[in-house]
Amino acid sequence: MREFTYTKAADAAEAVRLAAAGARYLGGGTNLVDLMREEIERPTALVDVSGLAQGITEHPDGSVEIGAATRNTAVAAHPRIRRDYPVLARAIVSGASGQIRNAATVGGNLLQRTRCPYFYDVAARCNKREPGSGCDARQGFHRTHAVLATSAHCIATHPSDMCVALVALDAQVHILGPAGARVVAVADLYRDPGETPHLETVLGPAELITAVRLPRAVDGAVSTYRKVRDRTSYAFALVSVAAVLRVVDATVADVRIALGGVASRPWRARVAERELLGAPAEPDTFKRAAEAEFRSARPLPDNAFKVSLAPRVVADVLKGLSG
Amino acid sequence: MAHEGISTAEVTVRVNGQSRSADIDTRTSLLDLLRDRFRLTGTKWGCNQGGCGACTVLVDDQRTLSCLMLAVQADGREVTTIEGLGDAAALHRLQEAFIAHDGFQCGYCTAGQICSGVALAGEAAAGVPSVVTQDLRAETVELSVEEIRERMSGNLCRCGAHNGIVAAVSEVYGS
Amino acid sequence: MSMMQRATEALNRTLPDRDVDPLTTARRVVGQPVSRVDGPAKVTGGAAFTADVDLPGMAFASLVPSRIARGRIRRIDVTRAAAAPGVIGVVTHDNAPRMDTPVLMTLTAKGCAFIDVAPLQDDVVRWNGQAVAVVVAESQECADAAAHLVHVEYDADAARTSFGDLQSEAVFPADVLGEPPEITRGDVDGALAGAAFVVDEVYSTPQHHHMAIELHATVARWTPEGKLHVWDSTQALVRTRHSLAHAMGLPEEDVTVTCRAVGGGFGNKTVWDHQLLCVAAARVTGRPVRLALRRKDAFRMTGGRAPSRQRVALGADAAGRLRALVHDSVTGIVHENSPEQVSVPARHLYAADTYRIGQKKVVLDVVPNASMRAPGDSIGSFALESAIDELASRVGLDPIELRRRNEPAVDPTDGTRFSKRHLIEAYRRGAERFGWQERNRVPGGQRDGRWLVGHGTASAFYPYIRMPGGKVRIRITADGRAIVSAAANDMGMGTETVQVQQAAERLGLPIDRVGFEFGDTTLPESPIAAGSAQTASLVITVAAAAEELKKVLLKRVPRRSALYGLKPNDVVYRDGGLRHAGDPSRAATFEELVGEAEYVEAVGSSPMLPLEFMKYSMHGYGAHFCEVRVDAVTGETRVSRWVACIDAGRIINPKTAASQIRGAVIMGVGSALMEEGLVDRRTGRTVNASAAEYHVPVHADVCDIDVIFLDLPDPLTPMGVHGVGEIGIVGVAAAVANAVYNATGVRVRDLPITLDKIFTGSGAS
Ligand SMILES: Cc1cc2nc3c(=O)[nH]c(=O)nc-3n(C[C@H](O)[C@H](O)[C@H](O)COP(=O)(O)OP(=O)(O)OC[C@H]3O[C@@H](n4cnc5c(N)ncnc54)[C@H](O)[C@@H]3O)c2cc1C
Ligand code: FES
Ligand code: FES
Repeated sequence: MREFTYTKAADAAEAVRLAAAGARYLGGGTNLVDLMREEIERPTALVDVSGLAQGITEHPDGSVEIGAATRNTAVAAHPRIRRDYPVLARAIVSGASGQIRNAATVGGNLLQRTRCPYFYDVAARCNKREPGSGCDARQGFHRTHAVLATSAHCIATHPSDMCVALVALDAQVHILGPAGARVVAVADLYRDPGETPHLETVLGPAELITAVRLPRAVDGAVSTYRKVRDRTSYAFALVSVAAVLRVVDATVADVRIALGGVASRPWRARVAERELLGAPAEPDTFKRAAEAEFRSARPLPDNAFKVSLAPRVVADVLKGLSG
Repeated sequence: MAHEGISTAEVTVRVNGQSRSADIDTRTSLLDLLRDRFRLTGTKWGCNQGGCGACTVLVDDQRTLSCLMLAVQADGREVTTIEGLGDAAALHRLQEAFIAHDGFQCGYCTAGQICSGVALAGEAAAGVPSVVTQDLRAETVELSVEEIRERMSGNLCRCGAHNGIVAAVSEVYGS
Repeated sequence: MSMMQRATEALNRTLPDRDVDPLTTARRVVGQPVSRVDGPAKVTGGAAFTADVDLPGMAFASLVPSRIARGRIRRIDVTRAAAAPGVIGVVTHDNAPRMDTPVLMTLTAKGCAFIDVAPLQDDVVRWNGQAVAVVVAESQECADAAAHLVHVEYDADAARTSFGDLQSEAVFPADVLGEPPEITRGDVDGALAGAAFVVDEVYSTPQHHHMAIELHATVARWTPEGKLHVWDSTQALVRTRHSLAHAMGLPEEDVTVTCRAVGGGFGNKTVWDHQLLCVAAARVTGRPVRLALRRKDAFRMTGGRAPSRQRVALGADAAGRLRALVHDSVTGIVHENSPEQVSVPARHLYAADTYRIGQKKVVLDVVPNASMRAPGDSIGSFALESAIDELASRVGLDPIELRRRNEPAVDPTDGTRFSKRHLIEAYRRGAERFGWQERNRVPGGQRDGRWLVGHGTASAFYPYIRMPGGKVRIRITADGRAIVSAAANDMGMGTETVQVQQAAERLGLPIDRVGFEFGDTTLPESPIAAGSAQTASLVITVAAAAEELKKVLLKRVPRRSALYGLKPNDVVYRDGGLRHAGDPSRAATFEELVGEAEYVEAVGSSPMLPLEFMKYSMHGYGAHFCEVRVDAVTGETRVSRWVACIDAGRIINPKTAASQIRGAVIMGVGSALMEEGLVDRRTGRTVNASAAEYHVPVHADVCDIDVIFLDLPDPLTPMGVHGVGEIGIVGVAAAVANAVYNATGVRVRDLPITLDKIFTGSGAS
């Protein structure tokens, strides 16, 4: 790990002021400290934002605001989240371990970096870590990698579970930067890898995530999260599905689906949603719609199984929610 | 240890009920602060990357991986390690149960397992759900064997003492 | 086999058997489920592991790994690293002390290294991840940061890195644990062609890693007189000393190795480069140095289990009797020492009219593989026991019945008698406990909600081994206690507890009056904790020491004593002292016998060659039963029930022994469902070198494991015991694969059985 100076920010405005060039914000540190040890991240200064806004505010319009420093466990355990946003509670507790969720912050979870083993090994070629060096995953081990919106330069996935639920919930990210505050949809926070896989989000220098806001829960909808992985717990997703569904008179009245483990970002399944809206809530429809989402998939030999696995899981989850 | 030309910071942590201070390299993890500076070597490490749980300690009563927490972040906080739970003369209930159920073999993952186990009670009482919790709305969670297995999954044991560990946690905190 | 060996063997077969150990049936302490005596220390963080050692002036080391698989270092620039804050020194091949090859782990040599070249002696890179420099600094943080500043340029050569691609280059090794690499009987290919039922399949297993939670650590200190003290997380104290002494050119008595507790070994806590690098760093810097491997270093600088590709072909007659058994296997290795003996189970498990059982090797440019819990047997049995199950379904027989019909009367390949063999009994007891009669009989035929449920069984097997040449000291103190001392290891097997128990039984004492002192080479030499042999080896040595002790004690008997004039054979240990064997009234307590002295002691040596296992076929056996649940949508597989019925001789401590079996089953389940070291064929580099990416089972993967011990003594072993550390993993992967087939109708022959293999295979929905 390279040397760095450490400062604890008293509030968001101070954090942004302190975040000079070369600085990084520090949340729970569960991803950043690991990457610094590998010298994949080499900040010269850390601005600790783990003591900033924590907790959950319930707004009169029914929306819920979660401070960026709120710990993952605290979000999942909050009675309002458990009652109105089960998909989020379930997604969070599907990730990592109890210890890690106790330390991990919402802001840090959104910005955690890929677990591609070639990204993690400084001896390997990785365009995300070292732009222009190449991608060793493409011809190497890529069983866990992305099949949607990949590029010739990168096939890494975004590893988060929580973010998949946030994308399905149409959550908004509140940002404070040197130029002021702004709001973007979580779904728009991430970039596709394209030719610049090292640019992962739309955040500018020193921009700080201050909160995440969940719109009022869809009345009458049910939601859940299903994660498929190589061991029962404490493993990243091969495929995961966050779904919110409202069925009226055996017809899909509202549906939001997001997928993890299949793309460089938490993937909103818009194609499937379009096919489903107004269609009969039946297993066949679910299956066809889910398969439609993967028509644009570009699998490689070892991860091709995701193209058939993911639609089956989506269909199964929707079946469970509608039944 | 701090050396010339290196960014340092002064930290004060309450460890096992006792306030302790040190001048440290900012890169020092809580794990290394405990082990190398405070000589509390009961806390172990198996990866230094969040992948094994051997370094689990309680920070403000929450189980935390000390390898991924910078020591500077522990400043002003309360840390409990395995040494603070009990000693050979006065074992913690869970420590006794680990012996009775043969919840360890080499004993290397044990400190982390026990710290994790001790934290389960509080988490269940606070209604923190897990991936196997059926009813998300319940105010508290009953620690069934299935719940314990899921919640202890962040603590690897390569010797394979899982049955004994789960039996011990279940005996002390189970439903 | 050499002429000499053959001659010894022939001679040995005519020798009379050793007397049965009178304690084979003793039950006062032995056989009791005693809780671990080291429990309080282990649960309070009090046990001292190597990395806990703190010496005044100790410095910290960090390694720089190579990035190529083979070639030369063109240039290595340490200027920036050496100038970095806190750095004390950098060791490369330019300034490393001269070191000899550490003594290797072989049947005959007394070392325990797996790498046959000392590190930093030249500019050659031999595998990807090998250390090319050591940075020593005042703190670990400084050392790790400076290690990144060492600049290395390489001239890479073409490397042999892909086990899969090099199959056609497989050749026979010189031997497999002293046995011919291939054995044959009859016209096996002809018999196969003419068989009523044939199974002919290829099974493969990947590289596995030990992944002990304690990382390898070494602390080295040179004394001003040039002696060396090494604290090391080793499972072979005496062999480590031998290897290191030889490498450093020191007489053995100038080297001390200490290791009070090992955080899991499983065969890989032996000598690798890092001990030599640490010793070299301490020499160059003149400071005591601690070197703890990072997790990725442990993956890339110490060896795991070799990959294998195994063809098993079985031909049976209409009744399911084996007419032909072929096991043609290949494993990947680096040199001759560790051929991963996958062909061993097939040599001893089934009676077949004709056979060809053998194994070849593919030599690779990777870190040498080590022994890993039941080396060879574990993955060899995956192939053999899967094939047996495939044959059973082809013949239409219960797989247990098929095994019964092929149960041999004598060892099927070397013709020796069995010292004991209760395999079929293990199946009977296990089947009863498991409810095998109620199993699912139609593949894919049992469903429970989203789960497809299946049942599988397979045989466990492991050779009996006793290491020769150990010594044990027994000291009786003035207060009548016994302290047994040996340079043995406890890496979680319960050595301390079990030794206290067996010595207490032997000496007629309660366990709280016996102590076991171990973990340091200044104690009497004990053999390596490997091959599940430590217990048996120590039991026989303690027995020898106890006999010596009788002589010493009897010499001290005063004239007025009731024991005066008795010979060792006349007395037995009983009730805290010695007693006339036939007359209980003639007795003296240890306190009386020690008298005014502080203590009385005697040293015993184990009988040299364990000749018994040349004359007899000596193996442990067992039957595994498991239930798996396979998600019908995703193919995710969970093991939901397990019964292991084990025939491993007399059990000294059923509590700790059951834990050994459970641990082995869990490791086997890991190999069945998730463990896979990914070696990039382009670079020879292990890609998933982390605790998060190399999956081992977590709590949620582990069900209750029901362990039954037949507890039938082997009349030819000390106290009737066998080892229990390894047998439990053998057959596990096959049992799981057989159950997965039973649940889904899909046969996976390539470990691990990940969901994509089931799912693309079944097309279930
Ligand atoms: C072994 C292991 C297993 C895991 N398994 C899973 C899993 O299964 N599923 C899953 O979802 N996750 C998993 N994780 C990842 C874990 O969820 C993340 O590490 C965690 O959420 C990151 O949060 P943090 O607060 O610790 O972030 P940090 O490590 O502190 O920061 C991460 C990044 O976010 C930036 N950052 C932090 N806060 C802010 C802010 N407010 N504004 C702007 N930037 C900010 C930091 O600069 C840094 O770049 C696992 C982690 C480990 C180590
Ligand atoms: S050492 Fe902290 S999780 Fe492994
Ligand atoms: S007891 Fe050895 S790792 Fe758990």
